[in-house]
Amino acid sequence: MTSIILMNPLITPDPGLAIWAILIFSILLFLLSKFAFRPIVNSLKERQDSIETALNAANKAKEEMAQLQSKNEDLLREAKEERNKMLLEAKDIANKTMDDARERAKVEYAKLIDNARKDFEAERVSALMQMKNEAGKLAVDIAEKLVKKELSDKKAQEDLVSSLINEAKFN
Amino acid sequence: MVNLSIYKNIKTIIFIVATLLLSNNVIYAQHDSEPHTTTTSEVHNTDATSTTTEAGHNEEGHSTGFNVKDVAMHHIADANQWHIMGDIHIPLPVMIYNRTTSEWIVGLSSMFHHGEALKGFEMNHSDRIVPINGTDSYIDFSITKNVFTMLLVAFLLLVIFITVAKACEKNKGKAPKGLQNIIEPLVLFVRDEIVQPNLGKNTDKFLPYFLTAFFFIWLNNILGLIPLAPGGANVMGNIAVTLVLSVFTLIVVNFNAKKDYWKHIFMPPAPVWLWPILIPIELIGVISKPFALMIRLFANMSAGHIIVISLTSLIFVFGKAGMSIAGSATGAAIAVPFVLFISVIEILVAALQAFIFTMLSAVFLGLALEEHHHEEHAH
Repeated sequence: MTSIILMNPLITPDPGLAIWAILIFSILLFLLSKFAFRPIVNSLKERQDSIETALNAANKAKEEMAQLQSKNEDLLREAKEERNKMLLEAKDIANKTMDDARERAKVEYAKLIDNARKDFEAERVSALMQMKNEAGKLAVDIAEKLVKKELSDKKAQEDLVSSLINEAKFN
Repeated sequence: MVNLSIYKNIKTIIFIVATLLLSNNVIYAQHDSEPHTTTTSEVHNTDATSTTTEAGHNEEGHSTGFNVKDVAMHHIADANQWHIMGDIHIPLPVMIYNRTTSEWIVGLSSMFHHGEALKGFEMNHSDRIVPINGTDSYIDFSITKNVFTMLLVAFLLLVIFITVAKACEKNKGKAPKGLQNIIEPLVLFVRDEIVQPNLGKNTDKFLPYFLTAFFFIWLNNILGLIPLAPGGANVMGNIAVTLVLSVFTLIVVNFNAKKDYWKHIFMPPAPVWLWPILIPIELIGVISKPFALMIRLFANMSAGHIIVISLTSLIFVFGKAGMSIAGSATGAAIAVPFVLFISVIEILVAALQAFIFTMLSAVFLGLALEEHHHEEHAH
């Protein structure tokens, strides 16, 4: 079996070629890793890191922007609410003022009417009193005239009295 | 965990058996063809005991015409010169140490053109420089096709990645530019999809190894798909290269393994009387994981090259090696769509195998680095 392996040039390693392969590959490995792969891999890593930090920063900025925006929206909403509230309050106050005014006007009016009625009443009473006084005076006058007439005729006296009384009945 | 390693072992065993079956066929096929080929007076390199002797008998062809198997084997094998077409080759540096005579052969492969011999060596038909007597023990340190491709890949990777590293430093804090835009996603892919899920907080320490392995394998595979001269080498389909890579993973995994890893091997969470069985199995598991990596990468990449060259060979098989134009045209009509199809798949496979090798290395390392806080729980 060993002779079969050794006889076949395909699977018989050529020592000279193997030595060259060792030499070339190890020198290539040394030179490439020292002068080529280290800088390349380092720069790749650096770039990867810088891209990652840049992306992170961008994301953070985005988040902050979103936060700021939502804050702005909140503020705007609050301001709107405030305004609505103020409008409502103003309306209330206006209504109340108007109601108050109306009420006061009513009261004033009632008071005026009342006063007028009272004045009228007083006027009437005083007029009545005057009339009473007039009537008294009239009665006294009549009485005076009667007394004066009594002296002459009895019958005439009675007639006069009755006519006077009739006269006075309108009251 | 026990189940997992046993499963891995089974897979490895299947791999070994499959490889041996495949090699058996190759060997028998070669023996079948031997009577024809030995008619030529050349008797070199028939001694199979020399470990590095090419087993391909390439003095074929005088009577049998076009031999797809030899073309494919030649195509996926390493070579001391770069074959362009016909008799045109790009010479490559040669450095061979003859252990028997303690001699060095240094020069260009063009020294061996036209069958010239030098210090007892000559170029065989597979474009390998081998001792003429076939018995000399030697080590070939030459810049072969595969070595050249690996050097080219290493050079390209250094240029590309150091350029990007400089651009990274220049464009610090700015948007990436040009080449950076291509390379950075790939680096990120390896880091985030392969290494990070398995190693977690240990990612940074081991990332350079996985990046190097991934891009080295991938670019070698991609260059292997290009049929023209600086490409076409079957580097990751060479067992020596995948052996080295998997040994690197073996070392990285076992030298960084935590206490729990070794505890799991030498004191498995099972009754003590089972330990004599389990400990050897676990020890095999230590080797079989990188062994599977080695075989997987080698077999997948070689298979791709074999399929492409075999389909291309249809043109020459149908055309009777250039004798029949109509046959060649028929072969081309069949071969071109198929080669295109397989080549596109191979582009995927090139990346996929680099991914799988790196991914499994990361998985093995991740398992070795794992620390259990709950004793023997949920295995």
